[in-house]
Amino acid sequence: MRRYLFHRLWQSAVTLVLATIVVFAGVRALPGDPALALAGEDRDPESLRAIRQQYGLDQSWLVQFWQFVSHAARGDLGQSIRTGAPVRGMIGSALPVTIELSVLAILIASVIGVGAGVVAAVRRGRPSEWAANALALLGLSVPHFWLGLMAILYLSVALGLFPASGFVPFFSDPAANLHHLVLPALILGTGLAAVIMRQTRSSMLDALSADYIRTAEAKGLPPKSVIGKHALRNSLIVVVTIVGLQLGALISGAVVTERIFALPGFGKLTVDAVFQRDYPVIQAVVLVTATAYIVINLLVDLLYSVIDPRIRVRGDA
Amino acid sequence: MAVAEAITAGTPLRSNRRKVVRRILRNPLAICGLVVLVIAVMMAVFAPWLAPHEPTQTNLGQAFAPPGTPGHLLGTDDLGRDVLSRIMFGLRASLHVALLAVATSLVVGVPLGLLAGYFRSIDALISRMTDLVLAFPFLILAVGLAAIRGASLGNAAIAIGIAQIPGMIRIVRSETLRLKSLDFVAAAIVEGAGDAWVMGRHILPNAASVVIVQTTVALPAAILGEAVLSFLGLGIQPPAPSLGTMLADAQQFASRAPWAAVMPGVAIMLLTLAFNVVGDSLRDALDPKASRR
Repeated sequence: MRRYLFHRLWQSAVTLVLATIVVFAGVRALPGDPALALAGEDRDPESLRAIRQQYGLDQSWLVQFWQFVSHAARGDLGQSIRTGAPVRGMIGSALPVTIELSVLAILIASVIGVGAGVVAAVRRGRPSEWAANALALLGLSVPHFWLGLMAILYLSVALGLFPASGFVPFFSDPAANLHHLVLPALILGTGLAAVIMRQTRSSMLDALSADYIRTAEAKGLPPKSVIGKHALRNSLIVVVTIVGLQLGALISGAVVTERIFALPGFGKLTVDAVFQRDYPVIQAVVLVTATAYIVINLLVDLLYSVIDPRIRVRGDA
Repeated sequence: MAVAEAITAGTPLRSNRRKVVRRILRNPLAICGLVVLVIAVMMAVFAPWLAPHEPTQTNLGQAFAPPGTPGHLLGTDDLGRDVLSRIMFGLRASLHVALLAVATSLVVGVPLGLLAGYFRSIDALISRMTDLVLAFPFLILAVGLAAIRGASLGNAAIAIGIAQIPGMIRIVRSETLRLKSLDFVAAAIVEGAGDAWVMGRHILPNAASVVIVQTTVALPAAILGEAVLSFLGLGIQPPAPSLGTMLADAQQFASRAPWAAVMPGVAIMLLTLAFNVVGDSLRDALDPKASRR
């Protein structure tokens, strides 16, 4: 186990270093002189030089890279070109919205996906299997941003069931917060639910034909207990695996969902930064996402090996 | 079963092609999917001749015409542009981007996957590179690319293609690893075949089925990707019609003219649904063992 842990930690560290280099190089590859962009209207050589000095742009690339990394490690992600506000604060206020949205989406998707998957596996050849399969196929094919538009149009505007947009912080009003986030989370979770459903169905079918299930049935356990305790155990692994695999899609989906429902999250910050060519914000957003992604993937892998000991063995080999 | 046996026995897939086609044609859902795909491709390819109007031609007198208005089967948008014509040209743009993107991932991913699976020495290097690309979620990658190179159809295709390369590499790599351990490859090596010959003549043809299945997964994903990028303004730029930009426009006046928001979404959904259905049945036909479960 320890060897596997070190191996995965080392892999993640290498990826993180490479990702940092890519982000750094990517920002340097942006068209235009950053000093000119920072100076705005004021373009006399004296102030340009002052700006270059202030941001370390007159230093060599190696020095600049070191400064970038050491500042980022201390949590200093620079300042927005547009507002002058520290990027760290902007991310700090946007991130909780996105995290809450994503966690809610994962919860909703797991409940729907595992439930539908079990139904499809247990009720083979009946209409309920057919319906669950059709729903999964639809969930995979529907562009969820369009589903979001439709939900706003018909559920929020026409029926008034949910607020169409906006956000209330959890700690100022938990009920209103959930009321605002349920619909976006449901929309964001559709694709995930479909993938979880398909995998749950196929792993349930595998499990149901396994010998230990026959043993459980033979010793007279009621079907509910066979399915619930024995066969369904595997779906925990399925959900963890899929959430790990679909994390990138979830982050991308959150960006779009936030845009549609006007949620002040990480996605909105990202898209706004691109349109405003706010390079320090873009750089920070990409770096934070990549870091979060690598760390969460590592955690998922470790969690996975805790749930399923066979993975550890394979990792050691 | 026959194909699975043929693959393990090392017979090229070609001889079984007819059986696969027959299996797909026996599935009514797959036929529906194929019909939708053919219609969509026809509409896209022949859009300049089939479309009743110019997709960018505005006519403010005809703004917000509902579906069924003479001359505007699916209605018009806020500028009086014909929704049907814009969907046809939008399909063209979607398929264009999707094909470019998937071609990119095939051209880069298949050789790298082969090399990674065949040579242990470069496996670690290629796997680290895959991890690196995977560290950037697709949209973040596209955002970065749009910031560096500007938003356009070509850059959207590149971003989607790059995001799909890791998946392609992994699939081809694991299939290469599996095939490499089989007797017929060992036999070829014993006979003195070179690495390039073994990879090109023995492994690649037998890996074709997984590449085809992965392509059918990648195509609808690319179509959705293009729609998302254009919706956010990071893909195809207005006034050029794209299903994504149509939805972004329609969001502004969705309660006034819901059809302008409904129709492009239905078009995207039908297209990806058709790809998914055909892809599923193709996967079942290529690997009947999985479908019998």
